[in-house]
Amino acid sequence: MSGLSTFIMVLEGFLGGVGVTVLVTLASLVLGVALGFGLALLRQFGRLRAIHFLIDAYCEIMRNIPALTHLFILYFGLASIGFRLSAIAAAILGLGLIGGAVTCDLFRSGFAALPNGQREAALAVGFTPFQTIFEILTPQALRIALPSLGNYAVQLLKDTSIVSAIAAPEIMFYARSMVTSSFQTTLIYVTVAGLYLLLGLPLMQAIRFLESRYGRLKA
Amino acid sequence: MNPLLSVTGLRKSYGLVEVLKGIDFEVAAGEKIALIGPSGSGKSTCLRCLNFLEKPSAGEIHLDGERIGVSLGRQMSDRQLAPQRAEMGMVFQLFNLWPHLSVTENVAIAARKVRGLSAREAQELALEMLAKVHMTHRADASPLELSGGQQQRVAIARALAQKPKLMLFDEPTSALDPELVHEVLKVMEELAAEGRTMLIVTHEIAFARDIADRVMFLDGGTIVEQGPARDLILSPREARTQAFLKQIRH
Repeated sequence: MSGLSTFIMVLEGFLGGVGVTVLVTLASLVLGVALGFGLALLRQFGRLRAIHFLIDAYCEIMRNIPALTHLFILYFGLASIGFRLSAIAAAILGLGLIGGAVTCDLFRSGFAALPNGQREAALAVGFTPFQTIFEILTPQALRIALPSLGNYAVQLLKDTSIVSAIAAPEIMFYARSMVTSSFQTTLIYVTVAGLYLLLGLPLMQAIRFLESRYGRLKA
Repeated sequence: MNPLLSVTGLRKSYGLVEVLKGIDFEVAAGEKIALIGPSGSGKSTCLRCLNFLEKPSAGEIHLDGERIGVSLGRQMSDRQLAPQRAEMGMVFQLFNLWPHLSVTENVAIAARKVRGLSAREAQELALEMLAKVHMTHRADASPLELSGGQQQRVAIARALAQKPKLMLFDEPTSALDPELVHEVLKVMEELAAEGRTMLIVTHEIAFARDIADRVMFLDGGTIVEQGPARDLILSPREARTQAFLKQIRH
């Protein structure tokens, strides 16, 4: 077998894996960002102390336990009590729940960076607290949080590699099974590196575009 | 005639520190009032209590006969306060323009979202108000591209767009470079000439003397002395007022 045809075969083997990696990345990104934003709003603007405490506890717990442990609990732990998730669902849920804790902090520091005068000026023109939050504070907080959210998205893409540990059929999962059957270790893992790079670069570009479009914000 | 604004027994404490110790005054429609006094005298707090950006500890505020901030004996929430706040235009020391919106949008947004004007009406209103403060030429700019004086004039236009019954100015020129103070004072002078009701916390004594009908001197959380602008500034009666004015002149 020539080197080229081996390489093509390897690439074909990865096709499904790339799809799952993209799916898990995007789905857990959406879940994580939505959850994180909601938690940040409740934590920043909600009045209930008990809710503040619960959100803080959630963030600490999620961030101080390894992602792999979370995934094992969701996939194997839940299955053992009769609640079976597919590997992909467990991966999306696990990374999304962790992402909620991570992005909650990013959004909160975005809100915290805004001078109080921004809020006061909004209330002074007759905005309700709801309008103040969504018309004035959120657009600015999002812009401030954008660079760190971008870093998080790129980190997340790379972190999806660990969901191969619960047999979610993404890039690394295919890589390992191909290595076991073909022993083309170097070729396969270098191809994996190239694939992550191909996925990561456009993601980075998209983030840079958003930053240049909306990122300027200094009062 | 009933006064436009009446303040009685206004008190404000932060913990054990009482910043306002019982303030009483009335403002007639069209009257221009300057609040002067040393820093820490409570003049900014007093202004900020009027639209409840600071919640008073005690006292009553009535605007056009309507009790501000209290309804059926209970303190209003920020949501309930919104329509009352919209009746008062406020200009801040640090301008507080919204940097994610254009100059026009800063002026137009509340007209749409609070007063329910259409996008076109709000746009027209915004341009009209920007013309008043001589900022039409920067209508499409971002606030970040403007000088301090320009930002403050846009902030004045934003407050005017509320069609407020009363304008509150909280040290509007204190954060400006000296050469930019004049353009803001000039705009305020023009507004005064239109017969607007204005309450101005300021350190610009000459400006207060020239455009205010009445000056109130605050010190230690009380009104020490008040009277017609020229009388109070040129021949203050109270020793504390005399000392303050002497200090400011030198």
